[in-house]
Amino acid sequence: MFRQSKWHEQAIFNLGRSGRRGHLLPKIEEGVKNAVGDLNNIIPETMQRKSGLGLPELSEVEVMRHFLRLSEMNYGVDSGFYPLGSCTMKYNPKINEQLAALPTISMLHPYQDETTVQGILEILYRLERWLAELTGTYEVCLHPAAGAHGEFLGTLLMRAYHKLNGEDEKRSEIIIPDSAHGTNPASAAMSGFNVVVAPSDDDGCVSLGALKAAVSEKTAGLMLTNPNTLGIFEKNIDEIARIIHEAGGLLYYDGANLNPLLCKARPGDMGFDIVHINIHKTFSTPHGGGGPGAGPVGVCEELAKFLPVPRIAFDGKRYHLDYDKPHSIGKIRGFYGNVAVLLRAYAYILSLGREGLEEVAEVSVLNANYLMKKLKDIKGLTLPYDSEKPVKHECVFSAKPLKNETGVSALNIAKRLLDYGLHAPTTYFPLIVEEALMIEPTETFEKEELDRFIEAMRKISEEAYANPEIVVKAPCNTAVSRLDEVKASHPRTMALSWRMYQKKSKQNL
Amino acid sequence: MEIKRQMMREIGIKSIDELYADIPEKYRLKKPLNLPEALPEFQVKKHVEDLLSKNETCNYVPTFLGAGCWPHYVPAVVKEIVQRSEFLTAYTPYQPEISQGMLQALFEYQSMICELTGMDVANSSMYDWASALGEVARMAARVTGRKEILIPKIIHPERAKTLQVYAEPAGITVQQIARDAESGLISLDDLESKISEKTAAVYIENPSYLGFIETQAEEIGKRAHAHNALFIVGVDPTSLGILKPPGDYNADIVIGEAQPLGNSMSFGGPLLGIFTCRDDMSLIRQMPGRIIGLTTTLDGVSQGYCMALQTREQHIRREKATSNICSNEALCAVASAVYMALLGPQGFRELGETIIGKANYAMHLLSTIDGIRTPIFKSAHFKEFTVNFDKTKLSVKEIHKKLLKRKIHGGKDISKEYPELGNTSLYCVTEIHSTEEINYLAETLREILAGR
Repeated sequence: MFRQSKWHEQAIFNLGRSGRRGHLLPKIEEGVKNAVGDLNNIIPETMQRKSGLGLPELSEVEVMRHFLRLSEMNYGVDSGFYPLGSCTMKYNPKINEQLAALPTISMLHPYQDETTVQGILEILYRLERWLAELTGTYEVCLHPAAGAHGEFLGTLLMRAYHKLNGEDEKRSEIIIPDSAHGTNPASAAMSGFNVVVAPSDDDGCVSLGALKAAVSEKTAGLMLTNPNTLGIFEKNIDEIARIIHEAGGLLYYDGANLNPLLCKARPGDMGFDIVHINIHKTFSTPHGGGGPGAGPVGVCEELAKFLPVPRIAFDGKRYHLDYDKPHSIGKIRGFYGNVAVLLRAYAYILSLGREGLEEVAEVSVLNANYLMKKLKDIKGLTLPYDSEKPVKHECVFSAKPLKNETGVSALNIAKRLLDYGLHAPTTYFPLIVEEALMIEPTETFEKEELDRFIEAMRKISEEAYANPEIVVKAPCNTAVSRLDEVKASHPRTMALSWRMYQKKSKQNL
Repeated sequence: MEIKRQMMREIGIKSIDELYADIPEKYRLKKPLNLPEALPEFQVKKHVEDLLSKNETCNYVPTFLGAGCWPHYVPAVVKEIVQRSEFLTAYTPYQPEISQGMLQALFEYQSMICELTGMDVANSSMYDWASALGEVARMAARVTGRKEILIPKIIHPERAKTLQVYAEPAGITVQQIARDAESGLISLDDLESKISEKTAAVYIENPSYLGFIETQAEEIGKRAHAHNALFIVGVDPTSLGILKPPGDYNADIVIGEAQPLGNSMSFGGPLLGIFTCRDDMSLIRQMPGRIIGLTTTLDGVSQGYCMALQTREQHIRREKATSNICSNEALCAVASAVYMALLGPQGFRELGETIIGKANYAMHLLSTIDGIRTPIFKSAHFKEFTVNFDKTKLSVKEIHKKLLKRKIHGGKDISKEYPELGNTSLYCVTEIHSTEEINYLAETLREILAGR
């Protein structure tokens, strides 16, 4: 049985001792001091820090030990199976880490003279071309820091497009299927649009009837994930694109699920005008416990002029940063993107090549269908929507029967999986499936690991029927048992920082 | 291959193509895409290293650039920790019981950022300072129900542009407050003429984009609060060991850029946006981004950490969320947590002193050169300062070309950003610049301007 490390590791503020140091900094030389005079005189008295700085005081080894112990109480793709649906948790090749750490990138300043950064510009330029080729788009912008940031940019591009056509007042709605990621409606709203929800049909695809009813002259566009969050390819994509384009709207592709389509089919060919790519999913850059990722956006030719500045340009000899784009929407962040992340994606594409990327797609789909087929036999789980059709990269099960019969919910299954040393699938999403377990195995994991997961699911189902207590009280093999998430968000007990915690502790005593 | 066949048999298919049968035929790629052939690891390494070696880095060319991304030393321990697989290859800690390490590290990042800024609550990161500014404007509008934001005339143009892009769809208008001609500080008269009952927030930066310290911060805060507007401050956290933290002059929200705390520049990304506020539910509920909270296990036996206040977020609130941000810069935040723990209070004091000492030394040295005026503004400067070349016959561009030929990289040319400041460049000096490098910069500039 799995056992996660468990250190009774105190909050860092309780460690160390007054006066201890973990790192020494270069001192100011005497010559400098003599020339500048008393440093205390530079900052006016009123602006000097007078309150103490409540940081902990630790030696280097104490800092190292503390964070190493914390890392041991964490679980990553390198630890084991990580079937988090729509998150595409694949192996992150180690060579990419070494490359991203090279001083020839880490020590580059973004405002360096263009002649001194030709190497990195060449890499970024080529990466843009490759991503454009893979998605079937005309130009790619690497600026967005994450998928949601890419969505924000994409919806801003819709706004800019309609504005140039003098229709920005009129085109106030973005249509989003009910199976979409929560970021889609949030991004549309951030860009000032109203969200119109398009319901799914019984087969899990967007209902054409409902879509036709939803479009109007107010339609700015449709945001679609394809394959969608049920892992199902939107088979009516042709018709969907026609409906949206005829209504004068733009078609947006949420790239969270691009992995199964690599070198198989391209969103651009299907009529998508805007495509975002999750570099930290499809292109294997590590997710770092929440980021940094990157969310490049590809667009059709007509929208290229709206992309943020600068654009990377190549005149046949030299690369340069082009700010002269009068129609550009401006900027969505500082500088040019999460370059160290993008470099890893460049190396990944180079390592796999065209054929390797196609194999990634195929194996990810094979793995998902294998899991789906095997999990179908497990008591208490059902596969809503079209259960006979193959899925793409992920499948979504419902634990509703299990919950009705045993009281064991999808959440409980997720927690119990942790006890088996497996990460849980995404739970309670998509919203159109009750007690959802959204499972994406990716191409990374070999059949043996998939079988271990299937076996664990089977055992959990048996436990649920025989002795549900075990599952309901799970996990017991992780660093801590089940947490009180309500307490963490209740105004009376909420402690969002050490100082807030200390204040509350005093109040509640 | 055998395994693949076995799996296909189990599924009941003969070829993988069957799994793609539902994609309309015309969209299935027939021709191979124009992509490179696969390379073995060694060749990938060689290829990328060769390309990158075309770059010239500040390791070999002393570089005096800052302006939103700054060269600082990253301690070895920081690099070691962020390469731990368990942190590096984890997703967002959706399952807190198996992700305590990441959650505690992020909680400690939040807590230490609060100590530095003098605030009560911090989120676990934004993309960068610029996008944090965009988000904070929207937050201020939600909190106050007002639609106008006042910002200083002197602000990083990329930040101002990003703010504009974030603000416009929310119907927020941005106005700039004029600066005092001599000091560069915010003109209180102009502030007074622009602030009104429509003002959602007054935003200042300390130190400013051009490196000087805004000494009227407390007064500006008072005036913002007198109109029931929020007072928001943007910071460079390396200054906060010696500079008064915004919490001490009554800021409601503090944002900034934490890249200098343990993260390399990497050509401008990833960066790390700071976002903090006071302990006030009307603010906390409107914050964007992930926040980690301290809690206990359900049985109450032990402490633990989990994501808090998720009802603000997109996966629950969808179009009513406070922001769409989910993936952020978590690992950069862990790097910063390690950095802050390594330095401690004494380290931050020394970091601030070393930077301000060296920067002021450089400023002093350059000011003795004929034809150079530095700094333009009669104010205290922290690590960046303006260098004006109006009295020379050369443009900033020409001077920088000559510097580069002699293996020095000058500051950022801002003569187009602020034409009214003339032929000017923004220089940055941190703890990594040695006295020799600063002296060499001064000697070389003296030579160049003397026509040698």
